Amino acid sequence: MSALEIAAAVRSGERSALDVVEEHLALIAQRDPELNAYNLVTAERARAQAAAIDAAVSTGEPVGPFAGVPLATKDNMCTRGVPTTCSSRILEGWRPPYDATVVTRLREAGAVSVGKTNLDEFAMGSSTEHSAFGPTRNPHDLSRVPGGSSGGTAASVAAGFTPLGIGSDTGGSIRQPAAFCGVVGMKPTYGVVSRYGLVALASSLDQVGPFAANVTDAAALFDVIAGHDPLDSTSIRDFEPTAQAVLEAGVDGLRVGVVKELAGGPGGVPGLASDVLARTVEAVEALAAAGAVVDEVSVPSSTLGLSAYYLVMPAEASSNLARYDGVRYGLRVDGATTPEMTTATRTAGFGTEVKRRIMLGTYALSAGYYDAFYGKALKVRTMMLEDFARVYENFDVLVTPTTPTTAFELGARTQDPLTMYVNDVCTIPSNLTGHPAISVPFGVGDDGMPVGVQVLAPASHDVQTFRVAAVLEAAA
Amino acid sequence: MSGLAPAATADTPVEPALPQGWELVVGLEVHVELDTATKLFCGCVNQFGAQPNTNICPTCLGLPGSLPVMNERAVELAMILGRALGCEVNRSVMARKNYFYPDMPKDFQTTQYDQPTNSDGRLELADGFVVGIERAHIEEDTGKSVHVGGGGRINEAVYSLVDYNRAGVPLIEIVSRPDLRTIEHARNYVEELRAIVVATGVSDARMEEGSIRVDANVSVRPHGSSELRTRCEIKNINSLRSLGRAIEHEALRHVDLWTTGTGPQQQTRHWDEAAGRTTPGRSKEDAEDYRYFQEPDLVPLEPNPAEIAAIDEALPPLPAARRAALREATGADADAAHLLVERGQDSLAMAAAASGADAAKAVTRLVNDLAVDNWSRVDAESFAALIKMESNGELSASQAKVVLGDLVQHGGDPADHAARRGFEAMDTTELESLLDELIVANPDEWSRLRGGDEADRKRMQGFFTGQIMKATRGQADGRAVAQLLAQKSQY
Repeated sequence: MSALEIAAAVRSGERSALDVVEEHLALIAQRDPELNAYNLVTAERARAQAAAIDAAVSTGEPVGPFAGVPLATKDNMCTRGVPTTCSSRILEGWRPPYDATVVTRLREAGAVSVGKTNLDEFAMGSSTEHSAFGPTRNPHDLSRVPGGSSGGTAASVAAGFTPLGIGSDTGGSIRQPAAFCGVVGMKPTYGVVSRYGLVALASSLDQVGPFAANVTDAAALFDVIAGHDPLDSTSIRDFEPTAQAVLEAGVDGLRVGVVKELAGGPGGVPGLASDVLARTVEAVEALAAAGAVVDEVSVPSSTLGLSAYYLVMPAEASSNLARYDGVRYGLRVDGATTPEMTTATRTAGFGTEVKRRIMLGTYALSAGYYDAFYGKALKVRTMMLEDFARVYENFDVLVTPTTPTTAFELGARTQDPLTMYVNDVCTIPSNLTGHPAISVPFGVGDDGMPVGVQVLAPASHDVQTFRVAAVLEAAA
Repeated sequence: MSGLAPAATADTPVEPALPQGWELVVGLEVHVELDTATKLFCGCVNQFGAQPNTNICPTCLGLPGSLPVMNERAVELAMILGRALGCEVNRSVMARKNYFYPDMPKDFQTTQYDQPTNSDGRLELADGFVVGIERAHIEEDTGKSVHVGGGGRINEAVYSLVDYNRAGVPLIEIVSRPDLRTIEHARNYVEELRAIVVATGVSDARMEEGSIRVDANVSVRPHGSSELRTRCEIKNINSLRSLGRAIEHEALRHVDLWTTGTGPQQQTRHWDEAAGRTTPGRSKEDAEDYRYFQEPDLVPLEPNPAEIAAIDEALPPLPAARRAALREATGADADAAHLLVERGQDSLAMAAAASGADAAKAVTRLVNDLAVDNWSRVDAESFAALIKMESNGELSASQAKVVLGDLVQHGGDPADHAARRGFEAMDTTELESLLDELIVANPDEWSRLRGGDEADRKRMQGFFTGQIMKATRGQADGRAVAQLLAQKSQY
């Protein structure tokens, strides 16, 4: 049953929310030991909330659009009174005294969070292997990664643990695991979904977004979480989320560009797998068959995104993660002086990848290096914005593969950070430009693993991505 | 007065002597807490003296996931002060200044770096000396640490306590150009800046509560040179007196180092009030690299011309203008004008002058007899009426003082207080007959008053005035007595 079908059944009294939740909790209890999608299952809270929804239904009180629908919450979203770890030892024992805006909105919509899902520590990674609580595995093949950093949420939705999931996307952390796990994942325009309560990785790139097993549920989830939040200064005012309204619109006459550099063209993505490219080409053909006007387009700066990203992201992260100093919350390892205590705490509390990025970012912002690194990365970012703005004069949406390959084996890339980083080459441009992008499953690779196709749109045209994704989903 | 300690006290030399041939170069960084209801980035109350860690929330504690939202009033106050200092108000962005310190919850301070709200202003001192203002930017305050044991220093302490009530309180930092050449001007600059801050309602600027704090950048150079030599930044200056002492000590230290060697190192130094000297903090070599970058959680501040015009329109008269107006209207001298504007009593003197009362008398009355904190019940109209009564002889000087005291305590109409106390002006014929009796009783003195030399005449005027006052128990009007003496002695 889809999320919307469950909600309809709960609202009509045909199904009890408690039964729905119990059913999904049982599935998690049965299969999560091998997947490790969850850092924490909040079964009692979920049951209590489901019971409250059932009570409301029985007395005719209004329940939300997702009444009784189980939800996976990435463990970097603050949940009041419930541990929020970011899969890091450094947040050991910390329970936020407040809810993230997106958590509040979803609870008010009736969605029932069943727990906090695993991620790469502080969302730094593309495989959910960099977690203090062990890796999450891909439900389609336990020897493979689910992608990351929102690998726990992606696995939860792919395994049927929850029809809906919430993730965050800084360089592809929703779309890449969605592609690897064969589900729908979408990164909204920067500022469309509130970041309040999302533990920051890189503030100018982070966006919260929806996961679902199908485009319709993803669109409905987007419509619930999108919209202005006065607690987030970068939140866009007057954004009207209407993704559900365009799902039947089709793509007749829509101008679709295929980004050469990201789809097998010369000078493009290194290591782009032929099966992934083949599915992408088929997806484009499906759009053409549905009436879209398709053409190839060059966005030369798109492949520069990777280098710029790996300066901007660690720079902001180095500053955002400074607060984990052992003084106020989380882990504290004693030391003779305050600086020694802070050093000991951070040494013990952060994993290797986090330390690597903090050092990269600290270096990129340092006096004497700022202009060569961070400053230059900002220039590339501006250049990409101009490039994409120019392209969008002639195109409504762009299509690329979501990832260069299908899901890789556990451990295959942990020893070589650069091959791991290259994974994000197709997804990163949307974070640097702040534009919306969706990953939708489109067939499988030679290895039988899911392939994701990515649809990009200009800022604030989020609904276009759902519109195109609906057509691709139907054709897949 | 509740703000800064007095500038010049008996034990503070007014101007120290740098050895012949050396010139002092000082620039000041003044931090002022903005008088907003709430903190810079959250809804917590901005209040001094609350129980520790009671005015806190996820944002000012820098909890994971929290985000800042700019306080519009803080921006407005910053722009008001900027305009009062003649600054350009610019499009500005917030930046992160990254360094670790336990009382800074995010381990970075949100401030402004290369794009401050205000730049390129000026502040004119009472004697016409102009100090350039480089910038006046918005930033957040830190929390407050108390280190227990180990001499109160962070790394020797047995334990430390942190109060985050002050974390996120809005500040404006006013950075002067290195234009100051004397300690007196440095003090005058801070006093004048404080007066402007108070007059514009930007802050109450209480140094003892830390709502105004001063750091001094000090260097010296040979007289006649225009170079800027290595400077040291002096922190922990807690009063205007300390400011003078710290600058003096530091300047002499620099002269000594230049004379005997290659000069000082660029350093941050701490003023030790008890020891009367500065001690080294961080030097430039191990100074932190703050890794400034634009704060991605906040959007740029874009003031529009209409907003700035509205601020200019609403800007209250500034202290310098008020002093000039007061002197023009009342003939007050510079010191009196300074004092009355600082106390905010210039409006009383202006009202008295406007009502036709004796303006000089009004100024004297205020300077001498209204040096109290709580004079809010004295309104301009009743004060003017009081001075008028004194001017036209309805009240003697001493009676007027008593009635002024009544106004401070109760407010109201001075005529009512005078009537209640039975104050009536003494009839001049009564005075005259009293004087006639005194002339008869003191013939030698009277002839000295009429024929003696200037000094002797003055003494004898004083003698007869004193006798009259004694006889009337101070009820006689001093001016009427003087007139009477002058008249009689002409015969």
